[in-house]
Amino acid sequence: MRFPHLLASVGHTPIVGLPHLSPTPDVRLWAKLEDLNPTGSVKDRAALAMIEQAEADGILTPGATILEPTSGNTGISLAMVARQRGYHLICVMPENTSAERTQLLRMWGAEIVYSPAQGGSNEAVRVAKDMAKRHPDWVMLYQYGNAANARAHYETTGPEILADLPEITHFVAGLGTTGTLMGAGRYLREHKPDVQIIAAEPRYGELVYGLRNLDEGFVPELYDPSVLTSRYSVGPHDALMRTRQLLHEEGIFAGISTGAILHAALGLADRAAGSGDSADICFIVCDGGWKYLSTGAYEGTLEEAAGAISGQLWA
Amino acid sequence: MAIEVQIPTILRTYTDGEKTVGAEGATLSDLLADLDVKYPGLRDRVVDDAGLRRFVNVYLNDEDVRFLDGLQTAVSDGDSVTILPAVAGG
Repeated sequence: MRFPHLLASVGHTPIVGLPHLSPTPDVRLWAKLEDLNPTGSVKDRAALAMIEQAEADGILTPGATILEPTSGNTGISLAMVARQRGYHLICVMPENTSAERTQLLRMWGAEIVYSPAQGGSNEAVRVAKDMAKRHPDWVMLYQYGNAANARAHYETTGPEILADLPEITHFVAGLGTTGTLMGAGRYLREHKPDVQIIAAEPRYGELVYGLRNLDEGFVPELYDPSVLTSRYSVGPHDALMRTRQLLHEEGIFAGISTGAILHAALGLADRAAGSGDSADICFIVCDGGWKYLSTGAYEGTLEEAAGAISGQLWA
Repeated sequence: MAIEVQIPTILRTYTDGEKTVGAEGATLSDLLADLDVKYPGLRDRVVDDAGLRRFVNVYLNDEDVRFLDGLQTAVSDGDSVTILPAVAGG
């Protein structure tokens, strides 16, 4: 595959079968390797689409400053694109994210404003919105409500999956901004009305839910529950167990959120196998494990690893 | 045997700081009513006239009840119910 430049290579990721984790010959698991994008995460698709849309709309002009609340991955993708397009990027990121996220953001030239750990990404959103009010010349792409985020997946991720796996019965992805599920989910459902669209949501430690009141809760503007068939909450123990299982049994070195997604996918696979149905279950490998090495996720017992990531935003 | 309900930090002012409490009922709605007898005021923080509050998620054995039968979701002994505020990701 040959591309004129790096940004043109975003997407076009492979889907690989998981022969060891698939429960029966008729119930097959498939992993879409989004870690093979330029910054190693699925967020490259949304970041590129949001910047290109803002350029097309005339909102983003040469030399502009972009502001974005992020738990890290979207920020890293935006930094990679911004660097090549000549924009300055300021990310508002919760302080309880992995050291590698900070290192990667700085490496690609982004400036980081840390938001308090308590409240997680909700707090980053709040801080960024306050900053945006004070700096009207900055451009906040706002991944949680930017239609280009979901559209990137409607136009690329969804069609790629259907082309490579026309027999798909279930699509499983992580729920953060909801962009992947809304975009790819809508596309798949339009072309295969019976497909099941399943969300796997990380369940963090208590610190992350430490809001001052319930009204500080946050539902991304992009979220449309009618796209989903079901939604599961997956805790750190299950996520870590599956992350390691994916590595040991299939050789795929993924980040922790992928373990959460795999946990939901395996639940669906077991259910299909139990009822004698055949199924082709495709799930997203959001990113590789590289950014989480310092968290201790891959060392010691599961209990030790779960303890190590308990206050972290691990997805 | 009761149904185990996980209470988020923000609502533990109602449960004397208890993280996990037991409750009984055949549906989630019954369960919340039972909880409200033991911990007055708790139910109103979770539901309003329209149903589950917008920024509250409730999971039955890790599955979001909005994709089951909402407040009418059947619950039985040994189930685990988790209440959490909605948070962002990305």
